[in-house]
Amino acid sequence: MIPAPFEYHAPKSLEEALRLLDRHGDEAKLLAGGHSLLPMMKLRLAAPRFVIDLGRLKGLDYIREEQGMIAIGAMTTHAEIENSSLLRAKCPLLSETAAAIGDVQVRNRGTLGGSLAHADPAADYPASILALEAQMTMNSSMGVRAVDAAEFFLDMLTTQLRPGEILTEIRVPALGKGTGAAYCKLSQPASGYAVVGVAARVTLAAGKLAQIAVGVTGVGPKAYRAVNVEDALRGKKASEKLLAEAARHAARGVEALADLHASAGYRSEMAAVFTRRALERAVARAAGTKA
Amino acid sequence: MSVEIQVRVNGQPHQSHVEPRTLLVHYLREVLGLTGTHVGCETSLCGACTVLLDGRAVKSCTVLAVQADGASVTTIEGVSGLNGSNGGLHPVQEGFWEKHGLQCGFCTPGMICASVELLGKNPNPSEAEIRHALHGNLCRCTGYQKIIESVRYAAAKMKTRKR
Ligand SMILES: Cc1cc2nc3c(=O)[nH]c(=O)nc-3n(C[C@H](O)[C@H](O)[C@H](O)COP(=O)(O)OP(=O)(O)OC[C@H]3O[C@@H](n4cnc5c(N)ncnc54)[C@H](O)[C@@H]3O)c2cc1C
Ligand code: FES
Ligand code: FES
Repeated sequence: MIPAPFEYHAPKSLEEALRLLDRHGDEAKLLAGGHSLLPMMKLRLAAPRFVIDLGRLKGLDYIREEQGMIAIGAMTTHAEIENSSLLRAKCPLLSETAAAIGDVQVRNRGTLGGSLAHADPAADYPASILALEAQMTMNSSMGVRAVDAAEFFLDMLTTQLRPGEILTEIRVPALGKGTGAAYCKLSQPASGYAVVGVAARVTLAAGKLAQIAVGVTGVGPKAYRAVNVEDALRGKKASEKLLAEAARHAARGVEALADLHASAGYRSEMAAVFTRRALERAVARAAGTKA
Repeated sequence: MSVEIQVRVNGQPHQSHVEPRTLLVHYLREVLGLTGTHVGCETSLCGACTVLLDGRAVKSCTVLAVQADGASVTTIEGVSGLNGSNGGLHPVQEGFWEKHGLQCGFCTPGMICASVELLGKNPNPSEAEIRHALHGNLCRCTGYQKIIESVRYAAAKMKTRKR
């Protein structure tokens, strides 16, 4: 099983990559970690004439703190995110999510930018990126633009990225005291992909749920914010009963996917179960009681 | 159109011309003749093709040879040459030998490479940590228990060697 022939380019700078992308248009594919693209090329589900490898670019692989936010270069690998001491201290939700992806070998190659650009409905990061209200920066030869996570995912395998654009940076907030977050996932046993994955972020103030954001992946054609769950919780005092009741709304209004791993009904049911678990864990972490 | 690559494999520099679509596993097996790295599933799932790319475990069926340009690769043929093994068996290889960590041996080169990366990062892993690190490597024979014991043997051995 080998890919169809292609012409290989390994640009050394972002400008050069953007020029190549402009020149070759939709006959070209960007290559990041290759752990979604190469399997598709081997199965000939994708057969680009030109492959533009972002692996030689300098300066798209970093994790650094800037004005209360953590900026992550698109070419940062899942393993780097999993093991980053900065993220573990300031935004552990993202490290926890990265650690849940596939296996060691996948995490050593796959990148944050590649996963988000690919927008697989069963990918893990989208849930956490939504719950963190992250910002995505995209570059083209025309300039730079940024969009909020909530606007980034459009449909299955479809994002805001336009032809000629490269996702360059993802910004997530540093989580302060009183805020807790958790990612809970039901894995597909063979590949590790999420059948259901839920990221919850809560901020407690005077014992009440002051801020709350819940991102759900795996259930529908694209990851989404479970606004019905959030609305059922906002401003209230967290209790086991309240969290369980609110979690029931996790898949409300979503047309759940059905495939050989899970029926639509099972996915919706598991969305509620894993939302409850993620909420419980996030609340416990916000309150500073273990979990 | 072929592309020139320079790769250091098991310490030996190689300069080759490859078609861009050549997978690293085919480069290692067919161009360099290093057939110790196995092809199992070809679909990135089984881990039989695992090698170390700049010290990191990767599935060589899901890496292009051109992506390894300028990098160092260690395959099962080179594991015994890694530091501390003095040309004899690497402690991980010795563990698989002593603890019967293999039956048919098909998964073993990948298992050993993944275990070498683990012990480099975490010299004293728990059973749960070993299982987590070998999650991407499938074995149809052993039931995994003997593999876990092999890695634990290697961890203990490497500790005494350091002293
Ligand atoms: C066995 C296996 C198990 C897996 N398990 C999981 C799992 O449990 N959870 C999970 O979330 N994922 C899983 N994955 C997918 C993995 O996380 C991929 O690494 C990820 O989806 C894609 O990232 P990449 O860097 O490999 O991108 P690539 O495969 O290189 O690229 C993917 C797509 O994004 C485009 N692209 C890449 N980078 C950019 C950019 N910066 N700007 C614009 N477009 C870009 C490419 O052109 C391509 O279309 C698994 C993969 C495998 C092989
Ligand atoms: S042959 Fe590469 S993972 Fe199975
Ligand atoms: S020993 Fe036979 S597959 Fe593992």
